[in-house]
Amino acid sequence: MAKMTNQMLKKSLEELQNDGIPKDLVEKIRNKIKDEDLEEEQLEYLLNKVFINFNNAIVETSEPVGTVAAQSIGEPGTQMTLRTFHYAGVEEFSVTQGLPRLIEIVDARRFPSTPQMTIFLDSDHRINENEAIKVHNRIEQIRIEQISSEVDLDFVNWNIIINLIPKICEKKNIDIDEIPEILKRYKKKGSIKREGNKIIIDPGIEDLQQLQKLREKILKKVIKGIRGVKRGLLTLGDNGKEWVIKTEGTNMVGVVQIEGVDISRTVSNHIHEIEKLFGIESARSLIIEEAKKVLEQQGLDVDLRHLLILSDLMCTTGTIQSIGRHGISGAKSSVFARAAFEVTVNQLLDAGLYGEEERLLGIPENVIVGQVCPIGTGRVSVQFDLDKNLEILKGKNNPKKLK
Amino acid sequence: MTKKRNVDVLLHILVPKHILLTKSETEELLEKYKIRLTDLPRIFDKDPVAIAIGAKEGDVIKIIRDSDTTVSKVFYYRYVIKEKV
Repeated sequence: MAKMTNQMLKKSLEELQNDGIPKDLVEKIRNKIKDEDLEEEQLEYLLNKVFINFNNAIVETSEPVGTVAAQSIGEPGTQMTLRTFHYAGVEEFSVTQGLPRLIEIVDARRFPSTPQMTIFLDSDHRINENEAIKVHNRIEQIRIEQISSEVDLDFVNWNIIINLIPKICEKKNIDIDEIPEILKRYKKKGSIKREGNKIIIDPGIEDLQQLQKLREKILKKVIKGIRGVKRGLLTLGDNGKEWVIKTEGTNMVGVVQIEGVDISRTVSNHIHEIEKLFGIESARSLIIEEAKKVLEQQGLDVDLRHLLILSDLMCTTGTIQSIGRHGISGAKSSVFARAAFEVTVNQLLDAGLYGEEERLLGIPENVIVGQVCPIGTGRVSVQFDLDKNLEILKGKNNPKKLK
Repeated sequence: MTKKRNVDVLLHILVPKHILLTKSETEELLEKYKIRLTDLPRIFDKDPVAIAIGAKEGDVIKIIRDSDTTVSKVFYYRYVIKEKV
């Protein structure tokens, strides 16, 4: 028996590629077998096997890929552990993960329960730690309550007095002189002035309750940083070379304006926020990323293609639709399909009220009725061309006319 | 604080390449798959990326994604519709 030669390998692989096997798969096979000492027949057998297995794995026309995807994500979902309220390792942040996070993604919630950002820095700031700290200081939000020891009410002059802690101000890089200016931006009326480490606000209100309300509001005012970013953590990135800021709380619109931030890589786990800023396609990518992260972390092996279908479906209409009765399932045109999912009675009542029509085109409605569903071989139906058949029939009676 | 940084949405890692199709390319596409424009997935004309590439209502945008399963690229098309307010 003859051994395989390089020339022969090249030729047969080329043939394989011409038969429709993807380029990268062919390359993989080449790398795998080029050092193996195969015989001619073995090579032929192997490549035939590859060709057959590849073609068997291709999705066929009318295969219900959506149903398969739903089951392939749903079943591992039932096996997810319920230990979901633990801290994710060294990160110091509590992160929603596992099933609750997956539900959050699929439901397209307006706000994630643990919003987070990963902020990458540009080339001037990412290597040097001190430069990175500067950016970090610009991002993390600081409220009045964080830098003051107490906020008193002076009922004699109807003033609010903020007692600042100079040490913390210095540490956080805040100039006390600037605080009255910043506070003025929030409230135009009244006067604000500084006296030593105190800031005295005269709002011009002579009412106890209103003054107390104002005090609460002032405590929450953001002096520095971006509103919504509660905490920032400066860590070394995955490659251990650059500094990355991970934050609790998101505000992409704000972060993008900060100097020193690498906009093109900065991401948040807030899907709607990303959609607003970077468009529907970025939201689709993020849904895949986030879902993949959850499944990987739980050690579940779900094929990526199922997630691709899920995210494509959620983003077809131009906005993010949830999977469920408020989103995809609720938008189905068939009454039975909607009724089969949730709130059956309401769906049927409403359909009756509006006089909806059931055309029995989808899968669930045909299951309900007990007909063959339009999947797989059931999708195919016979069409009868009456005219042609009449012609043939006539031809049978008069064999001469057939020509 | 008042100065605004320009955000180029097209450069973000999550955003795949978007290309605006010409009229003839659109017709070719519809002919190839034997579909109507309304069969395509949609994108709003207010979508940041649609604005960035200058797409108007009625256009078709070709999206070139990196395939996650093979090395090749995947083409996806979106039909630009007006966003309901």
